[in-house]
Order: sequence, then structure tokens, then C-alpha cells
Amino acid sequence: MSRALPIIGNVAALLAGLAVLFGLPAFAETYVIINATIFASFAILALSLALIWGYAGILSFGQAAFFGLGGYTYAVAAINFGDTTGAAALAIALPALFAALLGYFMFWGRISDVYLGVITLTVSLILYRFVNQTAGEEWNIGEAPLGGFNGIPATPILNWPGRPGEQLAPENIFSLAVGLLILVYFGCKALLATRFGRIVVAIRENETRVALLGYDTRLYKLAVFVVGGALGGLSGLMFANSVFVSPTMFSLPVSGQIIIWVIIGGLGTLIGPIVGCILMQILTNWLGTLNQVPGFGWVDPNLVLGVILVVFVLLVPKGLTALVTDAWRWIIPSPRTGGEVDAAPRRPDEGLRDANPSGEVAQTQSPSCGPSGHLLPAFAGRREETP
Amino acid sequence: MSVNRRRLLTSAAAGIGAASVGPFFIRDLRAEDVVKIAGIHDTSGGLDIYGKQMVATMDLAVNEINDKGGVLGKKIKLINYDPQSNIQFYTQYATEAATKEKVAVVHGGITSASREAIRPLLKRFNTLYFYNTLYEGGVCDRNIFCTGSTPAQTLEKLVPYLMKKAGKKIYTIAADYNYGQITAKWVKKYAQDNGGSVVQTDFFPLDVTDFGPTIKKIQAAKPDAVMSALVGAAHISFYRQWAAAGMNKQIPLASTTFGNEVVITSPEEHNGILVVFGYLEGIDTPVNKAFVETIRSKYSIPHMTELAAMTYHGVHMWAEAVKKANSIDRMKVIEALESGLTFTGPAGKTTLDAKTHHNILDVYIGEARDKKFVVLEKFPVQMPADTAAVCDLKKNPNDNKQYVIDVKT
Amino acid sequence: MDYAVILALQIGSAIASLVLISLGLAVIFGMMRIINLAHGEFLMLGGYAAITAYNNGVNLWIAMLLVAPLTVGLFGIVVERLIIRHLYGRMIDTMLATWGLSLAMIGFVTVVFGNTVSGISAPLGSLTIGAYRTGAYELFLIIVAALLLVVGWLVLRYTRLGLIARGTMQNAAMAAALGVSPSLVYAVTFGVGAALTGLVGGLLAPLSGVVPTIGAAYIAKAFITVISGGAAILSGTAIASGLLGTINTAMTFAFTSVLGEVALLVAAVVLLRILPQGITGRFFQRSL
Repeated sequence: MSRALPIIGNVAALLAGLAVLFGLPAFAETYVIINATIFASFAILALSLALIWGYAGILSFGQAAFFGLGGYTYAVAAINFGDTTGAAALAIALPALFAALLGYFMFWGRISDVYLGVITLTVSLILYRFVNQTAGEEWNIGEAPLGGFNGIPATPILNWPGRPGEQLAPENIFSLAVGLLILVYFGCKALLATRFGRIVVAIRENETRVALLGYDTRLYKLAVFVVGGALGGLSGLMFANSVFVSPTMFSLPVSGQIIIWVIIGGLGTLIGPIVGCILMQILTNWLGTLNQVPGFGWVDPNLVLGVILVVFVLLVPKGLTALVTDAWRWIIPSPRTGGEVDAAPRRPDEGLRDANPSGEVAQTQSPSCGPSGHLLPAFAGRREETP
Repeated sequence: MSVNRRRLLTSAAAGIGAASVGPFFIRDLRAEDVVKIAGIHDTSGGLDIYGKQMVATMDLAVNEINDKGGVLGKKIKLINYDPQSNIQFYTQYATEAATKEKVAVVHGGITSASREAIRPLLKRFNTLYFYNTLYEGGVCDRNIFCTGSTPAQTLEKLVPYLMKKAGKKIYTIAADYNYGQITAKWVKKYAQDNGGSVVQTDFFPLDVTDFGPTIKKIQAAKPDAVMSALVGAAHISFYRQWAAAGMNKQIPLASTTFGNEVVITSPEEHNGILVVFGYLEGIDTPVNKAFVETIRSKYSIPHMTELAAMTYHGVHMWAEAVKKANSIDRMKVIEALESGLTFTGPAGKTTLDAKTHHNILDVYIGEARDKKFVVLEKFPVQMPADTAAVCDLKKNPNDNKQYVIDVKT
Repeated sequence: MDYAVILALQIGSAIASLVLISLGLAVIFGMMRIINLAHGEFLMLGGYAAITAYNNGVNLWIAMLLVAPLTVGLFGIVVERLIIRHLYGRMIDTMLATWGLSLAMIGFVTVVFGNTVSGISAPLGSLTIGAYRTGAYELFLIIVAALLLVVGWLVLRYTRLGLIARGTMQNAAMAAALGVSPSLVYAVTFGVGAALTGLVGGLLAPLSGVVPTIGAAYIAKAFITVISGGAAILSGTAIASGLLGTINTAMTFAFTSVLGEVALLVAAVVLLRILPQGITGRFFQRSL
């Protein structure tokens, strides 16, 4: 029964993705398609953090840096090249390269925890500040003005490869975004199932132990960080095609928003952050129309959003995924007792919440929440599979 | 027990299914009886200071029109969206307004970035668009009407006025984005045209709150006057710190952006600051006094800027055009608006210029005095000369971009 | 010469402003290992408290020095009891919860006060130094920052309260075993941190004014200063502020304010690369 669960989950995820991909354009109105495109591009961003934070334990407070870099690289390159295909490739390559440099800087300096968070945050703020002050003409890159605060409203839409001028219609952009999201989701799943993925997860559990086993943990962390950067760039590329690029892509609220999606959906899962991202987007979108409801004109969206977040952290601390899995277990109880611990090694995406990167801090302070001892069996299970 | 759980599950699933299907089938049966129009203004987040008053005046204008019977025998239904100072939502709501609600016109957008986010979309979906904010100028697109003032209209009057009062050396401080950059260029041009000079120009990102170093730099440069195009909540700090250093008694200051700040700062801090706008609350006409009184009592908005007044003008101008065209068809309304349509309201007489789709308006120089602006001088019928230099929609009706106006200094 | 004095004063003022905006956050982070992302909104609340009191006829100094810290301190204790208490040891969750709190506070203040509350002008008038004029209030803030650091040091070093606080900082379990109630210490610490923040919010209100969204202008800088400073509350904050404030002001004077900000951020990144646990993670480890 518990073995079947992941397979059911994968099939369900795939079916849901395909249903959206082919079903939505058939009957939904244009605004639904546009919204869904934006949601899908953000969902890729959520996955980029879900991967590096949930599985490698690297809490990036500045994932927006890659998102913005991807968008800006695409816009600038596309304006200069004319054809967008090369620009799209660059939009993934450049953030990946940037992630490689930043990752080298951090991991070889043995920076971790909240300090790593602050460095990534600061780097994204530097980019934000820099792009924000590029309103003058001296900041034209080739044909493309960076535009400062206003961004680049003339961000070109993707064209069919090799056929410059033939732009993709909004429906095509939608299909591309959702298709890419499905691809990235299963790509991440596959990556985590490889030996590389297992070592990355092992590093999150206990970096010293993995290092003592002879692995250069810095290299593995760097590699997964670069993948995260590339995904952030890809997301920025799709966002640039559904809205346009502006400095807010680099801003602190965007970085924070990604963290919120991951936490709400469930840290240490891939499907959770996607769901969290889409739900939060739908919620904020709805809040902006709240003033149309008679009697609710005074309600401030920030107030509602803030209260929801606080309540969520207090009452659903493990995220929606855990909530749903728990509910599932309650509805269809596992025939075996104590299935939870047994299931852990076979299911890389479950219940690793307490082992989050703040574990070390928790250890020194927490009167209530001890170190993640119960996760050791999970680690041991993985070690057997990696020679 | 497990049967019960299954049953619970099925009924829950059915419930979810019903809920999600609902919106696609239930249509507004009364849709034909009203003319829908949309407003997209930030009423939360950093820009809400402006957004809230624009929503208020838009609501007032719609109510007034409806009280007189609406347009084409139908009532106007106003749909408000709050993009929460987030550009992404402009894209989403504009699409929703145009394709789901099928509104006749969209009013809205505060920053230039938000306007540029929705302008192409509304053009694609054939939905008429009014942008009612003062901005840097240069938008050239037949689907949009810009009712706010642009730098050439205002600075051409303010800079000579300031120089006559204070002297020929000006120090410019401006917000670091398009509007600030272009405004700074116009200040320089008009200073030179009038035989003066700009000694230095400093730009500030919108979230700078510490102006200590700048105030010392200004003192070191010893200008006769300071021109400010600072924007937003953080930049209000400048006026406070300027006054705290006692500089407001030393060097006169003028601004194209000091609007709502007059409520937030104290009289000791703002008395004597010169401003120029297409609308000031202190305009001494019966129409304006009634307008200010209504907004204050009905919507409790403490102070109105040009943005709010032009939103009011914009809605009325659209309604006039609909009456004239006897249709809400987009092209017919555009043609009616291009026919030299005028509206006389709180800001005086405003006329839409067919060549640029910008407003020909009266410009007022005022002075901040005890939480109010007093009108010092009125300059009637100012043409949008900056946009006209780059844009002629009569000759090129298919133009569709924002030109960067080249200011020759 | 005048210019040199003015420059020195400006550097002092930049350092003081960093110390002031970070101190409350540093107390909470240093003692409890909690990052309060609603810190900027605590500052904002302090400003609103001071201004509301002043507009209702309270003396300006009482409004800034008493009403603001008391209001925000009490609010902090309520927040600790209702929210933070449930999240000890879960740093990321506290960050998320306080982020939510910050949004809720922005929304709440907007609903209650609106977004156009008139401010207070800075008291004390202005000073003339040679050919230059500067606000006397800026000088006052430098003195306040220095005073807060000294008083903080005295309290931590010489009082029973300070002893308990230091003990809990070093080893919470041991302190608990010796009869100190960690829950009480945490509540008091959070309250003190919030009160300090409220005090600073009140003091900054005349200079920066109050709008509901003003917190965003402070939070990143405060966060970066505290983390760069490292674990020691007072010396860490003071040293990090001194370093970052000097770099910021020097670059602002030499070039532009954007470059000043960017230089500050770059300095923080480089600093953390060299000293991954912050300045006091490596030097002055035994300081407070």
C-alpha cells in the first residue's frame, strides 16, 4: 500500500498536468489562460527553491536573483538578436553561470545556514539596486535600454525557432509554460532518484558524514545550486513572456514569496511548492477584487494575507502536502502499523520538515524541539544504496 | 467506518467539482442592462496614497453620470481592481476586464511601468484605455488617452518662475527612474533657455530615506534654488530632513511631485514650497469647491492630487464621447474623443488633443501654505508640446509605442 | 575644515542610524536566535504610537521616549505569547510567521490610520558649523545610539537580569536546570527587543515620517547589519554598523547614494565570505 502511493502520486500529477495542458485552452477564457501562464512560470520558480532548499538544504533568500537575471538576459538578448531562440538559451545559461560563481564563492567559503541566506539576499538586493538605477541612456546594452524602475516594457515575445517575426500566440506560450513545468517536475524527480540526488539528500541530512565517506560535498551542493539557478532563469524567461521584465523581479518580496510557497506547500516535496504557489497566486489575485464585494471595500489585502500566513504557520506547520497525506492515511489506513518510519527511505519527498536547515540552531536553543534523531534511519537507508 | 470515509470522500469530491464548474456556466443575466467600465488602481501597497483617491473620484464621476440617467439609457457599472502595487496583477486584471467582463473602457495605471504593462494588452483586446496620471510624456498609441500633465506643460512655467524668485543656479534632485530622469532634463533645458544653469543633478532610488549626505552636498554647491522631482513615501524624508537642518529658510525649493506630501509633512516643513500641477485643491471656482467638499465628506480623502482630478475628468470625457458617438463601440468613441472634445470640471477646461491623445489643460503654479496649496498663477490652455514633438496620430494612426523624448539642452 | 567636521558628523550619523535600526533585531536574534521579519513594522508602529500620542496632546518627548517603546514593547509581548512561543527552535517558521505578521501590520495600520497621517517635525532646530547647517536632532540621535549601547552593556555586564540573559544565551538548558524559566526570559527578551525597536521608531518618526509601508526601507539593512555583526549583541552591532556606515557614507559623498548603498551591500557579502559567522563569530568572541 505505501509502496503504491508514490506511483499513484506520480500518475496523478502527470494526469493533472496533461489535463491542464490540453484541457484548459479548449474551454477556458483568455484571462484564465493568461493567469495560468503566469502561475506556471512561477511554479517553475517554486520548484527551483523546492529542489535546492527542500532536498539540498540550501536556503536561498535571493532566488529572485536568478529569476530576474533570466528575464533580463532574455529581454536584452532578444532585442539585440532579433531571433529569440538563442536569447531563450542564454536566459537559462547565464543565471546558471551566475549561480556557479556565487555557489563557488559561498560553498568553498563553508558558508551555511542563515549566513548563506543573508549572502543570497544581499546579492539579489545588489542586482535590484543596480537595475533600478539604469533609467539613463548610458545603460543601453546594444539596442536594449535597461529602463531602470520601469523595466523593459518592449520585451519581445518568443518566436518559433528559426522564424523571427512569427510570434507565439498567448495559447502557445501557455502550452509551453505548462509543458515546461511538467518537464521540470519530472526532471527533478528523476534527478533526485539518481545517485547524485541521493548524495545531495544525504548532505542535507549530515554533511560531515557524507564528507567522511569521501564525497566532496561542496561540489555536490554547487551542482544542485546551479540547477536551481538554471530553473530560476527558465522561470524568469517564461515570466518575461507573460508579463514583462522589471526590477521588481529581483525584489525582496519576490524572494520571500517563493519561500512562502515552499513552506505552505510542504518543504521536502516537489508537488507541494507547486500547489502552494498556485494557491497563493489565486488567493492574492482574488484579494485584489475583494473591494468589488459590497461591505468589504475597507479590507486590506495585506491584512488578509498576513493573517493567513501566521495562522498557517501555527496550525499547518508541515505544509499542505503533509496535511493531505495525513488525511489520505486517515481515509485509507495503511495495513501495517508504524508504516511512517518504514516508508521514509523509499519516499524521498516526505516528512523531512524537522530536519530543515535551521536544525543546528534548533539544537542550541530549542526547549521543545530536539535535533532530528528520528530521521537517522532514513539516512541509513540511503547510505546502503550509495557505495 | 471505512465505508463512511469513502462516502465522505465521494461527496466531498462532488462538492469540489460543483464549486469549480460553477463560474463557467453561471453568466450575469443582467449584463445587457449596464455598461461596464473598469478601474485598475493600487489601493494597497506603496502606491495606495494615490490609488485610493483615484478610485474615489472615479466612483463619484460614475455616480454623477448614473444620477443623470447613465449613458445610452443604461447605467454604468464600475468594476474596481486592486493590483496591490504589483505589476504582474495589472497584466492579469487588464486581461480579465477586457476578455471576461468585456468592459467598454479601462481607466487606471499609476506608474509608467503599470501603464506599459496593460497598454499593449488592451490594444490587442480592442479595449479603450484612459491613463490619468501625470507622467514623463511620449506615449503614442491611438487606443490610449493620457489626461495628466507632462513635463513640458508644467516645467516651462515653473522653472522661470523659480529663477525669477530665487536666482539662476539650480540644484536638481530627482527620483531615479524614467520620470525623474526626463524631468531633470527639462529642468536643465528651461534653466538654460532662461539664462540660468543647473549646477548638479542627483538621482535617488525610490527607497532611499536618508538624505543627510545630500543635504550637505547641496550646501557645498551653494545653489540659488532646489528643484525636486522626488517620488513616493520614502522620499518624504527629504523634506523633513531639509527642514530639520533649517535649509527651508535658506534656499527656496520647487517641485513637480510635491502633492500629497502636503498632508503628511507639517506646515513648518512645507510652507513656501512651490509646485506646479494641472490641478490644485486651492483652485478658486465654485465647481472645484463643490468637488473638494463632496470628496472630503463622502469619501474622507484628506487631499486630492492632479491624479484624482484627472481621473474624474477622464471618466466624464469618456461619457461625453459615448453620448456624442451614440455608441460604446471603441472606434466610434475614439473618433468622438478626437473631435476636440472638452470637459469643464474642477481642473478647469480640458480638451483632448487629436494629434497626441494627450490633454490640453490649464496649469497652476501654487505654494504650500499650512497643509494646503494656494494658487499663485494660472496658465490656461497648455499644449502637450513634448509629446507633440515625437507623435502625430493623425499622420501615423498605427503608431504604438512610448517615445523617449529627446530634450535638447 | 568645516567640510571635514560635517563629513565626520555625517559618518557618525550614518553609523548611529544603523545601530538604532538594528539594535532591537540584534537583541532578539542574539538572545533567541529568531529573525523578526516584522522588525521594520515594529519601527513603523513605534512611529505611529509617538505621532498619535503627540497629535492627542502628549508632550513630544514623552510620546517618543515613553509612549512609543511601551506600546511596541507590550505589543511585542503579546506577539511572543500568541505566535513566537509556539515556534521556538524553528527559525524558518518564525521568519515566515513574522513575515505574515509584517503584512498584517501594514494592512491593519492602513485600515485604522489610513495612509496619510501627518507627521511631526524634528525638534531642537538646527546647528551652524562654519558655512554649513545641520539638524541638531541628528546629533541627538548619535548621542542616543551611543547611550543605548553603553546602557545595554552595563545592564548585561552588571545586573542580575543581565547575568540571566547571558546565561540563557550561552546555554538555555543549563539555565533552565538552574531554575531560570526560559519561557519567561524569552518573553521578556522579546518584549525588550520590541520596546527598543519602538523607541527607535518613535525617535526616527520626525526624520522619516510615518506611512504604513515605511518598514520595507529598514528591514533589509537591519537584517544585514545584525548578521554581519554576528552573535554578540552589542559589540557585533556596533562594529558592523561602524564598518558599513562608514563605507556607505564615504561612497555616497564621493559618488552617488546608489553607489553608497551598493558598496554597503558588497561590503557585507565580502565580510560574510571572510567571516562566515559574522564579525563576532571570529573576533571579540567573548564580548557582549
